[in-house]
Amino acid sequence: MDVRRRYVIPGDTITSGPYRPEQNVTLVGDKKIVSTAVGVSEIYDNTVKVIPLAGKYIPKINDLVVGKVITHTSLSWELDINSCYVGFLPATDVFGRDFSAHADELATKLKTGDLVAARIANFDRTRDPLVTISDRDLGKIDSGELVEIAPGRVPRLIGKRGTMIQTIETATDSIITIGQNGRVVVACDDAEGLLKAKKAIRMVNSMAHSTNLTEKVREMLESGNDAPREAATERREDDKE
Amino acid sequence: MVLLDENGIRCDGRKVDETRRVMIKAGGLKNADGSAYIEFGDNKIVAGVFGPRDVHPKHMSDTDTGILRVRYHMEPFSVGERKNPAPSRREIEISKVIKEALEPAVMLEMFPRTVVDVFIEVLQADGGTRCAALSAASVALADAGIPMRDMVAACAAGKVADTVILDVNNEEDQAGQADMPMGYMPTLEKITLLQLDGILTPEEYEKCVEIGIKGCMQVYELQKKALSEKYFNNENGRGGSGRGQKR
Repeated sequence: MDVRRRYVIPGDTITSGPYRPEQNVTLVGDKKIVSTAVGVSEIYDNTVKVIPLAGKYIPKINDLVVGKVITHTSLSWELDINSCYVGFLPATDVFGRDFSAHADELATKLKTGDLVAARIANFDRTRDPLVTISDRDLGKIDSGELVEIAPGRVPRLIGKRGTMIQTIETATDSIITIGQNGRVVVACDDAEGLLKAKKAIRMVNSMAHSTNLTEKVREMLESGNDAPREAATERREDDKE
Repeated sequence: MVLLDENGIRCDGRKVDETRRVMIKAGGLKNADGSAYIEFGDNKIVAGVFGPRDVHPKHMSDTDTGILRVRYHMEPFSVGERKNPAPSRREIEISKVIKEALEPAVMLEMFPRTVVDVFIEVLQADGGTRCAALSAASVALADAGIPMRDMVAACAAGKVADTVILDVNNEEDQAGQADMPMGYMPTLEKITLLQLDGILTPEEYEKCVEIGIKGCMQVYELQKKALSEKYFNNENGRGGSGRGQKR
């Protein structure tokens, strides 16, 4: 029987069974399915894929990404989406159909350096990814702090059915926007919560391959909660004296 | 100098089918997307990889596929007498053959209009740098997460005193009869680099290919170990002490 999950490097044969090759694997000969990346191979139902542990973000249609405005022309913005391609955000997407290149000044809406939550609207081999911000929860990000993680670790940060991210959000009372490109924006009114959420995200990034990570993160968040509170009580007692 | 004594022991104490001590480390450079360091006997080589990224100058880009650029460079202090740091005829050739040895493995067609840059710096040279450099570059590419069909492992075979030997060192290269560097993709069982300096009979050539592949397989095991050590923390039964095989 084939091993369901294991660590692989490029060239490692995962299986020669009757499976469908998916991401980061390639078919050698008729049967042999070989990994093309360093990562964890997964055989699920009748498919084989490798979850990579290294590599750049490759745009996929419908992905939510966090982009940084690099520059703009009179018709569009260019976004750095942490990939080998730049995201292309047309002005009509922001100004609407009656956009006029003469009358509307793009810099009034988005300036160089602004962070934008966007969705990949279209992407194929022939052109750079087209992104859109005309949807709910998309558009310029006004507040929060940016944390960058490896794009391959994004699924781990979200967790199975969002468990990991929910754990962090509820424990720190923050709102976290995760771009598939490895950019994460943490918004939190409480400075302590913000620091803790950032620490948790970095922890997921560095310990992505370890098992039972959600529990470990929860433990860290809870222990972290206790420590400063104790310190605060002690200080208050000191004040009384 | 006696290159091979009557007991079949070579000038540096190795047997005919033995490689030098090899140590490979994946990662290590912070600013490169992927990197590797290799010690192959007295060779010390660093490889750094960037990409896939935008192609500059733009006219070099290809709309159908990504491109691979390789720069092999020897430091002025890598050899006995100072080497002029400007790219020499030899360095340009080695850059080209390493590029062509990596191309069958790297899936560049996945990233049209981009470039993958590989920079190889030889810190210390002792014969067989192109093989060591190719092995390091392959690990650096995997470390950068660039999709590859297979790793490329490299090792040289050759002939001294009418005997076929594995992993030719500097003395054997200078005074020997033949040197044949080989690059090999272990899973696909394909040779991606094969050069020959010297004269071999067809039988000797067959023998060189055979032991050359064996040498490549030994290097491949160390490449696997290097990547496992960086990414899997020795889980899954992989990895080891961090040092390569000992003589």
